[in-house]
Amino acid sequence: MPDTDDRGGPLAATPAQTIGPFFGHALPVPDGGRIAPEGHPDAVTVHGLVRDGAGAPVPDALLEFWQAGPDGGLAGAPGSLRRDGAVFTGFGRVPTDAGGHYAVRTLRPAAAGRSNAAPHLAVCVHARGLLHHLFTRVYFPEHTAAHATDPLLAQLPEERARTLLAHPDGPGRYRFDVQLQQSADGAFEETVFLAFR
Amino acid sequence: MTAPASPAPPPPAPAPYRGAVERHPRRPLLPFDTGTDPDAVELTGPVFGPADVGEWDADLTRQHPGEPLGERITVTGRILDRAGRPVRGQLVEIWQANAAGRYTHRQDRHPAPLDPNFTGVGRCRTDDRGRYAFTTVKPGAYPLPDESSWRPAHIHFSFFGTAFTQRLVTQMYFPGDPLLPYDQILAAVRDPADRHRLIAAFDHALSLPAGPLAYRWDVVLDGPSATWTEEGR
Ligand SMILES: [Fe+2]
Repeated sequence: MPDTDDRGGPLAATPAQTIGPFFGHALPVPDGGRIAPEGHPDAVTVHGLVRDGAGAPVPDALLEFWQAGPDGGLAGAPGSLRRDGAVFTGFGRVPTDAGGHYAVRTLRPAAAGRSNAAPHLAVCVHARGLLHHLFTRVYFPEHTAAHATDPLLAQLPEERARTLLAHPDGPGRYRFDVQLQQSADGAFEETVFLAFR
Repeated sequence: MTAPASPAPPPPAPAPYRGAVERHPRRPLLPFDTGTDPDAVELTGPVFGPADVGEWDADLTRQHPGEPLGERITVTGRILDRAGRPVRGQLVEIWQANAAGRYTHRQDRHPAPLDPNFTGVGRCRTDDRGRYAFTTVKPGAYPLPDESSWRPAHIHFSFFGTAFTQRLVTQMYFPGDPLLPYDQILAAVRDPADRHRLIAAFDHALSLPAGPLAYRWDVVLDGPSATWTEEGR
């Protein structure tokens, strides 16, 4: 059994290790980026680039998304992996392509019962060369009033909060880039990454 | 009878793997106290049902018409949260090299043979006690792409908890592997007690009478969850 610490407190956690270069045949799943049920009239596309600190696209990243539905529900549903195209499970998983680009097709979430929070997608970023995955969030540009009271956005200076906002990119499309590291020339602001406690 | 070999001197500590320098955030991670936001999205997580894994997903030796080469092993264990509660009905995924140390991945250039009867990818769901189980072959060692050192035999694991915060991707190692003290990637875990948590235990009794060699590896997922918070952490 896993050992406890000296005080018999919480169990010691198993450490994370790099995902390495060879997950591409193991973790991506068919239709992993299709979170919205097929043919849903309200489906939107969220897409963007994952870049490193040199401004280069990251072609071997894997992004995982977890979100509420349009009703704010966070119960999820079986079928997150073997997707039937009909059920909204709230989960998506997409690798970046050779150009560092990813895209998911989803439904905009609501923040049901949470008057102070802005709706968002939770994102987990994995990539070769990272010792530990990174958590971030995608907020939507329409919810300006909720952004002002959101427990995360409201505590960030404007230039940091901006890294968590998707940009309108044509009808039904949003652009959200992930900047793993601040670029030396300052052209790309590093995305806010979170440590949940 | 020849004299026993004198014990080898302890290897020099390997330079810890630091990852790709241009990919790590320069800024510290932003602490987010879920106690102040008990409804945070990340305190819940995706749901995986019995139909999310296939019949042979957990037996990597039976995914092809023929039998893969290599020593048959089982790897089993329990997934717990830090309060010691089993993580039930959650997805566990593995990927690994074949017995010769080669991944099916098209970018693996290590000149060891591919095995047409082994893909090296597995999935299962934990049971009501948080247990997972895989049958596979023992992966071979392989050198790092820059050939600066060999990697010990290992299996890559991916876990989901009840909360998205508990997501874990890591690697499992085999006890007694002579390459362990040389591995730069294992050395990236700085605390020796933490490194020990990544090494499975061999279970002789479970390997009898002539079954696959059995390894046990229990895993504890970090990170707050909705239930964790409710119980006054
Ligand atoms: Fe590996």
